[in-house]
Amino acid sequence: MKISNQSIIEMYEKMLKIRKFETKAMNLFAEGKIPGFVHLYIGEEAVATGACASLRDDDYITSTHRGHGHIIAKGGDLKYMMAELFGKETGYCKGKGGSMHIADATKGILGANGIVGAGHTIAVGAGLAAQYKGTDQVCVCFFGDASTNQSTFHEGLNLASIWKLPVVFVCENNGYGISVSQARHQAITDISVRAVAYNMPGITVDGNDVFAVYEAVNEAVSRARKGQGPTLVECKTYRWRGHFEGDPTVYRPVEELEQWKKKDPIPRMEKYIIENKVMTEADVTKLNEKMEKMVDDAVDFAVKSNNPSMASAVEDVYTDIIEEARVR
Amino acid sequence: MEMKEMTYKDAIKLAMSEEMRKDENIIFIGEDIGLYGGAFGVSVGMFEEFGEERVRDTPISEAVIAGAAAGAAATGLRPICEMMFGDFITIAMDNLVNQAAKMRYMFGGKAKVPMTMRLPFGSGTGAAAQHTQSLEAWLCHVPGLKVVSASTPAEAKGLLKAAIRDDNPVCFIEHKLLYKMKGEVPVDDEYIVPLGVSDVKREGTDVTIVSYGTMLYRVLEAAEAVAKEGISVEVIDPRTLYPMDTATIIESVKKTGRAIVVHEACKTGGLGGEIAAAISESEAFDFLDAPVLRLGGLDTPIPYNRNLEAAAIPTVDKIKDAIYKVMNR
Ligand SMILES: Cc1ncc(C[n+]2csc(CCOP(=O)(O)OP(=O)(O)O)c2C)c(N)n1
Ligand SMILES: [Mg+2]
Repeated sequence: MKISNQSIIEMYEKMLKIRKFETKAMNLFAEGKIPGFVHLYIGEEAVATGACASLRDDDYITSTHRGHGHIIAKGGDLKYMMAELFGKETGYCKGKGGSMHIADATKGILGANGIVGAGHTIAVGAGLAAQYKGTDQVCVCFFGDASTNQSTFHEGLNLASIWKLPVVFVCENNGYGISVSQARHQAITDISVRAVAYNMPGITVDGNDVFAVYEAVNEAVSRARKGQGPTLVECKTYRWRGHFEGDPTVYRPVEELEQWKKKDPIPRMEKYIIENKVMTEADVTKLNEKMEKMVDDAVDFAVKSNNPSMASAVEDVYTDIIEEARVR
Repeated sequence: MEMKEMTYKDAIKLAMSEEMRKDENIIFIGEDIGLYGGAFGVSVGMFEEFGEERVRDTPISEAVIAGAAAGAAATGLRPICEMMFGDFITIAMDNLVNQAAKMRYMFGGKAKVPMTMRLPFGSGTGAAAQHTQSLEAWLCHVPGLKVVSASTPAEAKGLLKAAIRDDNPVCFIEHKLLYKMKGEVPVDDEYIVPLGVSDVKREGTDVTIVSYGTMLYRVLEAAEAVAKEGISVEVIDPRTLYPMDTATIIESVKKTGRAIVVHEACKTGGLGGEIAAAISESEAFDFLDAPVLRLGGLDTPIPYNRNLEAAAIPTVDKIKDAIYKVMNR
């Protein structure tokens, strides 16, 4: 597969951006600066990056509780993301959503999601709208291995298949749903086999190889754009951190993590980039620094932003009803 | 009664464990409840004691958790289910509402569905709109379900044991912010708090306040504060939200002549309206010196920002204001 150097550099930049953002979020959470739940994407960067590389701004994605990577890969702005993690009024959701609900209408990001399995059906709706309006937009639906045991997975794939909707189902198989390993939550190892039941193409790729993800999703996206219906792409990967920050990860052996760390998608891509002279080592260092700076600037922006006004609590429930903040 | 100090969540574990030791037909199913011990650590150690046959990690499939529990209950088991967050009951709703709740009635009394659905509800965790709800009014609206809310460690034990022994589907509401609360809990493994009995948590003569869950503690704090100003508040915890012992509430209002209901759930459509109506329809109506007030959460999803989240539900100050209002002060 031919990929331009420009695209390769962009993908590398995205992966770095995700890694640096997540590392910062990890530290901020540890320092008690971010409330709620934070589910980090460290180790899985190649999936979101490779999958979004074939998308336009007007294409859609649905995301999950582990959404930061998807949002960055689809073009989300670190400043507004970070401000949202801090609960500030400048955040993507005006401080009302937090990590699990970041959305960006201008980039087709239909929201991270706190409900496991919710994206499977929302994505089908986005595909339906695109098909109905006759656009060639597509929707990439990101989800984890464990979410494929929700009925929404089956209902979503079935409907997308019979209506030939432009949806690409991208499964991030990181081997666990919280503490429950894949072997304990389903009787298959390759989730792509489930495509057979819905008569759509299903493929399993190395989710830590950004090119493999890119290639598979690229083909699925072009099929979807041409009206040829949905595809299920399974990307095998691993989350390095606990399920959420603070999870003691007693359920998995340390050696397993060490094995996967050797397959870190970022140095792998770096190696390719330098060996193939896409960038020099000096360029790589510079880009790393640039991304770090960008993350630091985002934190700065978030810290300096205001908290939302108390009155804003009752706004945005409806388009037209704004309840007075009455004494309750 | 011999007592032991323990946390609310350990009291819940104790109730489940004691009942499971007595009745081998009880199984416990849910997400990450096994070796992991549950998202809130409620069941730590139960997998080791009862094994994987009886403490079962399910896939992330709330519909089948509730549906399988209903089916197993109808065929001789007594399942206890845990929803990791009470909010996920939405996904189990058909199985609970259209199946478990109605099976006995639809079958003309020829079935029974003895299952317990444990539901961690409530905000205050910064977890935003899909992990913080208080949906008890939905559940109370469904004939066939019993709905219980425990406010103290001892009651968590006694009420949960009663729920598990009940032959009907029981939704057992737990308040996340209470999990770490400590209290004296009866050691007796026959200690039961019967369903359908309200408890007077504080005696008083001027105002009756009905509340449960975490709000109960704010009400008690407000009651303590206004006591210094000479206002005597009686606080009632219904403990069972359906079927509710309204007689205790009505008796109290006949004495005080004023009533306030305080809950965290959204005000509109919340139980506050139901309780206020029960008071108005009763003989307590003639004793009322002020309209019955409801304090509930804002009619909004729970916001993420900490300040907004805190302001979305009744505070001690708002409860005090309501007391002054009914006292005409
Ligand atoms: C309906 C629902 N059930 C349970 C949860 C709790 N929960 C959040 S993430 C998660 C595991 C998800 O596993 P997977 O889909 O494999 O994604 P991963 O976390 O591995 O990225 C669970 C059980 C939830 N948020 N929503
Ligand atoms: Mg997973």
